[in-house]
Amino acid sequence: MSIYHHPSEELLLDYTTGALGEAWSIAVATHLALCPGCRNTIGLLEEIGGGLINAIQPPALDDNGFDALLTRLEKATDVTADPAPLPRSAKGKPVLPEPLRSYVGCDVDEVPWKRLGKGAYQCIIPTGDKDATARLLCIPAGRPVPEHSHRGLELTLVLRGAFSDETGVYGRGDLQEADQDLLHQPHAAPGNDCVCLAITDAPLRFRSLAARLVQPWLNI
Amino acid sequence: MSAIFAKNSDGAKRQMDHLLTAIAERKDKDAFRQLFETFAPRIRGFIGRQGQDSDMIEEVVQETFIRVWNKAQLFDPEKASASTWLFAIARNTRVDIFRKSGRPTPDANDPTFVPDPEPSADRLVSRAEESHRLQKALSLLPSDQQEVLRLAYFEEKAHAQVAEDLGIPLGTVKSRIRLALGRIRSELRDLR
Repeated sequence: MSIYHHPSEELLLDYTTGALGEAWSIAVATHLALCPGCRNTIGLLEEIGGGLINAIQPPALDDNGFDALLTRLEKATDVTADPAPLPRSAKGKPVLPEPLRSYVGCDVDEVPWKRLGKGAYQCIIPTGDKDATARLLCIPAGRPVPEHSHRGLELTLVLRGAFSDETGVYGRGDLQEADQDLLHQPHAAPGNDCVCLAITDAPLRFRSLAARLVQPWLNI
Repeated sequence: MSAIFAKNSDGAKRQMDHLLTAIAERKDKDAFRQLFETFAPRIRGFIGRQGQDSDMIEEVVQETFIRVWNKAQLFDPEKASASTWLFAIARNTRVDIFRKSGRPTPDANDPTFVPDPEPSADRLVSRAEESHRLQKALSLLPSDQQEVLRLAYFEEKAHAQVAEDLGIPLGTVKSRIRLALGRIRSELRDLR
């Protein structure tokens, strides 16, 4: 299994510095779980961070705060608790990598899917991020991704199956960075249903969903 | 202490590695004090631009070193230098405290995690050399490239904000960052 589509260096840099919001970071971190090459780039970017810290000429201070720190340490007990057990897949090796699986709360087979129409499903993933939305999408094999519009950036990370559009074929671990200028009509590849993580910075509007909401009201 | 370290000598860097190891192995408070005296002012500089609330900055510095104390046994001098490890901890602390949200990371123990290929022997012995060359490459960058890197790292600014602050087009910020990373990479190419 090879990954052909990687996050841009800008995205990796924003993730490294901490500037990238939580929802976007889930997509980058989940790609990193599957991509040793991009983890290597993150290693370099973190080394640059270390190098920049080394290069700072710090001002001298009378009270450097170390005594206050010691007092805090003596009061505090070591709070390194065991992490909560991770959601396991019922069928051996999970499909959703960490950190995504913990955000969803289960593996792909137990996702509480909501119907989007035309055989597609979605599941909104709760995050603390108010500026971007994370969701899982499930597109039936061989079918087009429901038409949608978005402003700004959209990140799509394939987790199972594959989709293709004018820019190429995207399989497990591949990440597509699309801005509003990219006109594309992705189709899920035949074979497996395509499950992917999609991050958008504006409320994503599925036309079929809007149509379904308006339908009963229009009495048609 | 810091005056010696400001020279960025390799000896001083190795000493920082030893201090962390001493904290990990025997909770050595003298080592912790030395590490703090060297790095606390730098971490303050790293998070303290932009005229942020000084109490908040101090909170990030203190919390960073509490984590350093508790996690020192996770430091692996074969994998990263002390300053890189401290950068990562300070960055995480800053995100936690200023943004009050987590920074999702992969979990190397998860069954889906795709492990690194076996490291080659020459890669393992060259970490100190790599860190030395990186420092040199950083100091040789043109000032406009250094400036965008500093803004990105120290002020946690996404590219679009850097562009706005400097009053230059986003494309210029991206190309300066790309040039800077390209120079650093070419300096390290035969090592990675």
